[in-house]
Amino acid sequence: MSTERIMICIAVMALVTYIPRVLPVTVFRKKIKSRFWRSFLDYTPYAVLGALTFPDIFYSTGHTVSAAVGAIVAICLGYFRKSLVVVAVAAIAAVYIVEMFL
Amino acid sequence: MQSAFKEGLKGGLPIGIGYFPVSFTFGFLAVAGGLDVWVGIFISLTNLTSAGQFAGMNLMIAGAGYGEIALTTFVINLRYMLMSLALSQKIEKAIPLWKRLIFAFGITDETFVIASMKKGPIKAGYMFGLILLPIVGWNLGTICGCCISNLLPEALQNAMGIALYAMFIALIVPAARDSFKILLIIVMAVTITCMFKYVPLLSFISSGFRIIIATVTAAAIGAWLFPKEEADYEY
Repeated sequence: MSTERIMICIAVMALVTYIPRVLPVTVFRKKIKSRFWRSFLDYTPYAVLGALTFPDIFYSTGHTVSAAVGAIVAICLGYFRKSLVVVAVAAIAAVYIVEMFL
Repeated sequence: MQSAFKEGLKGGLPIGIGYFPVSFTFGFLAVAGGLDVWVGIFISLTNLTSAGQFAGMNLMIAGAGYGEIALTTFVINLRYMLMSLALSQKIEKAIPLWKRLIFAFGITDETFVIASMKKGPIKAGYMFGLILLPIVGWNLGTICGCCISNLLPEALQNAMGIALYAMFIALIVPAARDSFKILLIIVMAVTITCMFKYVPLLSFISSGFRIIIATVTAAAIGAWLFPKEEADYEY
């Protein structure tokens, strides 16, 4: 990958990350009135994280089976509200152990 | 030292510690995916976000176009708009623009939650204190992850591929447990992504756009079916 492409990619990512953070707190300063748009913004993180996670999680390790076990472990621990770090480490451990037997 | 700044530091400390393993994973995956060490570090330094920069990095490695990278990361980061909007109602009115420009960079899911739980109007000093240690933790973790990447055994490298997705699950499952509406929106988003991935006629659409279409459609249907009551917002 060329350095030029790397720099443009990073600049683009930094810009589209900074803009939503900075605009409302500096320029808008007003409340969004539309119920639809408020709800839309509120639901977006869940929709996007769901779409990012499934089905790609099943291809994230060396084997679909180990990835599925890791996903189940993560869902169970998430259900009991364990922290991000605990869920991530447990999923990694589950995948590692399952792959020893594959 | 200003007391507001100190108070902010206190609020930011656990966030900074929590960020370390997450950004460690980021740095690790960036280098494992073929990026140079400085690239991984530079992304964390300029982006300071989890899901957005993970997705952006993956698209970068996959050779995606600039437009696709911009749109995907933008959609993932849309949530910051609502947070920044909420904060704009809570911070002191007199804070000058240049200070707002600086602390806006440090608005993340976690710093936002801590700031929004704080009582009374928020001073600029508090925001600076609050974002400092998370920024330090995020970058230290990335540096360590980037540098250690090649030293870990391959089996562990394979297993660590699931870390990011496990963290996403840790973010959405508790919310889905509390709200059937959110569960439904997640299921819709996943169904749409799977459709675009596996239905032969639709699978020409790239992974970035697949996620954008799924997110926008599911969130829009959700907002249309279950508009939130005004009382659901604390801000």
